[in-house]
Amino acid sequence: MPKDGIGASVKRREDPRFLTGRGRYTDDINLKGQAHVHFLRADVAHAVLNGIDTAEAAAMPGVLRIFTATDFAAVGGLPCGWQITDRHGQPMQEPKHPIMAEGKIRHVGEILAAVVAESVEQARDAAEAIVVDYEELPAVIDMKAACAEGAVKVHDDLASNLCYDWGFVEENKAAVDEAFASAAHVTTLELVNNRLVANPMEPRVAIGDYALHDDSSTLYTTSQNPHVIRLLMGAFVLGIPEHKLRVVAPDVGGGFGTKIFHYAEEAFCTFAAKQLRRPVKWTSTRSEAFISDAHGRDHVTKIELALDGDNNFTALRTDTYANMGAYLSTFAPSVPTWLHGTLMAGNYRTPLIYVNVKAVFTNTVPVDAYRGAGRPEATFQLERVVDKAARELGVDPAELRRQNFIRKDEFPYATPVAVEYDTGDYEATLNKALEMSDYAGFDTRRQESAGRGKLRGIGLSHYIEACGIAPSNLVGQLGARAGLYESATVRVNATGGIVVMTGSHSHGQGHETSFPQVIADMIGIAPDQVEIVHGDTANTPMGMGTYGSRSIAVGGSAMVRATEKIIAKAKKIAAHLMEAAEADIELKDGAFTVAGTDKSVAWGDVTLAAYVPHNYPLDEIEPGLEETAFYDPANFTYPSGCYICEVEVDPDTGQVEVQSFTAADDFGNVINPMIVEGQVHGGVGQGIGQALLENCVYDADGQLLSASYMDYAMPRARDLPMINVDHSCCTPCTHNPLGVKGCGEAGAIGSPPALVNAVIDALQRAGTDVGHIDMPLSPDRVWAAMNA
Amino acid sequence: MYNFDFVKPATVEEALAALSDEDAQPLSGGQTLIPSMKQRLNAPSKLVSLLGIAALKGVKTSGDVMEIGATTTHAEVAAQATAYPALAALAGAIGDPAVRNRGTLGGSLANNDPAACYPAAVLASGATVVTSGREIAADDFFDGMFTTALDDGEIVTAVKFPIPQAAAYVKFEQPASRFPLCGVFVAKYADGVRVAVTGASEEGVFRWTEAEAALSADFSAGALTDLSLPADGMMTDLHGSAEYRAHLVKVLTGRAVSAAA
Ligand SMILES: Cc1cc2nc3c(=O)[nH]c(=O)nc-3n(C[C@H](O)[C@H](O)[C@H](O)COP(=O)(O)OP(=O)(O)OC[C@H]3O[C@@H](n4cnc5c(N)ncnc54)[C@H](O)[C@@H]3O)c2cc1C
Repeated sequence: MPKDGIGASVKRREDPRFLTGRGRYTDDINLKGQAHVHFLRADVAHAVLNGIDTAEAAAMPGVLRIFTATDFAAVGGLPCGWQITDRHGQPMQEPKHPIMAEGKIRHVGEILAAVVAESVEQARDAAEAIVVDYEELPAVIDMKAACAEGAVKVHDDLASNLCYDWGFVEENKAAVDEAFASAAHVTTLELVNNRLVANPMEPRVAIGDYALHDDSSTLYTTSQNPHVIRLLMGAFVLGIPEHKLRVVAPDVGGGFGTKIFHYAEEAFCTFAAKQLRRPVKWTSTRSEAFISDAHGRDHVTKIELALDGDNNFTALRTDTYANMGAYLSTFAPSVPTWLHGTLMAGNYRTPLIYVNVKAVFTNTVPVDAYRGAGRPEATFQLERVVDKAARELGVDPAELRRQNFIRKDEFPYATPVAVEYDTGDYEATLNKALEMSDYAGFDTRRQESAGRGKLRGIGLSHYIEACGIAPSNLVGQLGARAGLYESATVRVNATGGIVVMTGSHSHGQGHETSFPQVIADMIGIAPDQVEIVHGDTANTPMGMGTYGSRSIAVGGSAMVRATEKIIAKAKKIAAHLMEAAEADIELKDGAFTVAGTDKSVAWGDVTLAAYVPHNYPLDEIEPGLEETAFYDPANFTYPSGCYICEVEVDPDTGQVEVQSFTAADDFGNVINPMIVEGQVHGGVGQGIGQALLENCVYDADGQLLSASYMDYAMPRARDLPMINVDHSCCTPCTHNPLGVKGCGEAGAIGSPPALVNAVIDALQRAGTDVGHIDMPLSPDRVWAAMNA
Repeated sequence: MYNFDFVKPATVEEALAALSDEDAQPLSGGQTLIPSMKQRLNAPSKLVSLLGIAALKGVKTSGDVMEIGATTTHAEVAAQATAYPALAALAGAIGDPAVRNRGTLGGSLANNDPAACYPAAVLASGATVVTSGREIAADDFFDGMFTTALDDGEIVTAVKFPIPQAAAYVKFEQPASRFPLCGVFVAKYADGVRVAVTGASEEGVFRWTEAEAALSADFSAGALTDLSLPADGMMTDLHGSAEYRAHLVKVLTGRAVSAAA
């Protein structure tokens, strides 16, 4: 067991700061002379906006200026980062996403006006005096109704509410239909992947600042990817060149996807600061977060699985309606398509797959990536339909899966949905999870539960995900308007300490701890010799940020590449210092030696020589020891695993209690097992939250019914069991230098189907014929299903 | 939050005087009132804190009656109402520690949230609500959702609970707020059993008289077998239909009886 290098459970160095209130979050930043903005937001979902009268409000105490859409006439809309091409080869319908409502209100929470005042309370007071003249329209909420002939349109300038109708792989459609026609058995399931609100602990904050002396702007924001915000906001919205725009995302209290996107409030604060020549700050309230943070999931799906007479999967067909909300958020179109359709093979050899996705505009908050983004939706439907098939056929769900797995010796494996899995061993994680969960002993536990009047059930799921997004040339072909490499600069100081400036952003993941472990391992120095700097475009190289479990796989790889360059140069310096041939230099435990001799120089001697080049071959090597690398991955990484959940259902109330949860993951190589386990715990917590508790609900008028914690049920510690995790089944990634795959989303991807399968198992063992219940499996829904 | 004046009198008389101003409102633990002011849903011109009035605080038991002052917090009731364990347990399970350390009996009763816990205990115990001007029987105090028999400017000062022979409160939590989705308080007295239900009805807390009659004859969960509560008038919301709530009332009543017996 290494002491503190790769593979060691080093305690997180950032935790003392977070846990004792010494973190520096965006809201902790207060600039001299700062003004405050309060956004007047729409309280109806759909209306014609006739006019906004700000005269009385503008005269109120403390008000500096009130902005409305007309102030942004010369400013672009918020850009969408991914263009989807539909089944017919046409680009998706892409409406303008204005900073403030233009002409029409399209969702509750949309910004109508912004009051900038000396204090937040003054801004709020003035906002109440603004008179909005509008004419309400019927709201478009239900996705299928939105697609019906003659439906009211969210965007009058578009042909319909359909953003795109995507078919994948379109060429396979006929063959898939044929396979269904000749199948021995077809299992069909209709389900909803419930809409969620991400609810990071820290609400969003934005502070715009403008420097008159050099005409530059700075945005402090709660972002997972400050460079992406700089690019999107600078180039597409405000027209500020990147060298005049700095974006800082300091400590960020959780993101889960919803802090990837470029939001109107960020552009507003940056814009207003320049107009007013004063810093402008916005801190979201929790209530505002519910109606302005991008939501997640919200798919309505029909999935069908065809099997032959020997229970082999022969084809899979899905039909999904995916909610986009009222406007396209930054990466929204990619989530139900390339992050979802490409995962529909799961762990199985299903030879023929066809995925249809209709993305729909509705009068709701925009929907975009949320922990897992597309992959949980794919896994949920697939693992539910496989489970249903096993029940219909009367075979053990574990064995039906095993029979259809891609075999260990079939990798690399090209799926019929365009991706190539590099490695995996699905039987290994299945066996591990069956053993850890004592699958064989379930019946004893079930009888014990029955003795207490409880219905016990066991359910499993086998997930695959694509992480480490992504090869730029591939995603470019798929419609991404960005490259998805990562960067790192490794700066070695004269006395041997190292600062790594990375484009990856840490908002809970523990990069400050695990990244140094890698460098410490490569050089043979202590991790506390290495400091990680991230989150500020002024002092880190261009990077794409953190999402899609990409930090170690892509950002970590960039760091490794830069460190390799450092080591190569340091060896040259060492060779010179020891008057030896460069090829003979070895680096071990922080010392350079000449092979076959007892000559040695310490790491610190070499780094000092680099910066104090008194006796230095300046004609051969530059002074200094600082290297930058950009890493663009060759493929996605494919973590996979088996999750097993055991539940008890109270038949009198429908209450579900999770009794045990087992996660056997294959994450490839693991840098810090403790951090990895924490990521799984958190992901499983969110997955159980989705499966049992969380639900974002609009009424037919477009009012958000679950708009606070009074009605939006977040998981709490006591809703979760102890989570039994393992990552010993390891097939290292074959195409990145660390052999890592990524672990940030697995828990949220694999857990909902395991839990739902367990509840259905409990109900069916009790003799009911309940075949499906839509998430969340709240007591009233379970009871209603049992008593239907 | 809008601006307001704040006073903290030391006696009930001073409090009543302060409350005679238009738009003045009593403030107790603030767990309901302050959030609604922050959301600008409530805008009193003056808050009259009752927490400086020593006479309104404390738990006293004499004979078969426990008297609890209006500003006694949920945490204090949980710790001190040992002579009435079902009531102490109810108080100890309201909200979270922060809410229990601030929220009070008087505030909860005056607010009469249709999903609050205390109204079930007060009604099932046939308690007497003591106010600044009179004594009101529990059966006359609760008047539908968020409405009570209190007049403007009248404050609750204490509640007198007759201590039952046996009692239990069972609450089934709404998954988000963890208020009761339905809660049932069963109390057995020498002269009969009282059953009060919170969280379920559109009319707020109510007595399930059929169950009371059956349980007065036979204090066992089995006595409820043939009873059922109609779904008419029960609440339907995101967390449960009227039918589900009506069903829960019966399940929870049985569990409360089993816990008490
Ligand atoms: C997170 C959370 C969870 C909660 N969970 C539960 C729960 O599970 N069960 C439950 O029952 N409650 C719950 N509550 C409510 C809690 O019990 C409140 O404390 C209670 O409803 C109000 O008491 P208070 O002392 O805070 O009243 P305040 O907020 O101070 O006042 C409430 C109202 O009563 C009036 N008032 C206060 N005192 C008097 C008086 N003596 N006479 C006349 N009028 C008065 C005020 O003017 C105001 O209108 C919860 C609250 C929160 C914030």
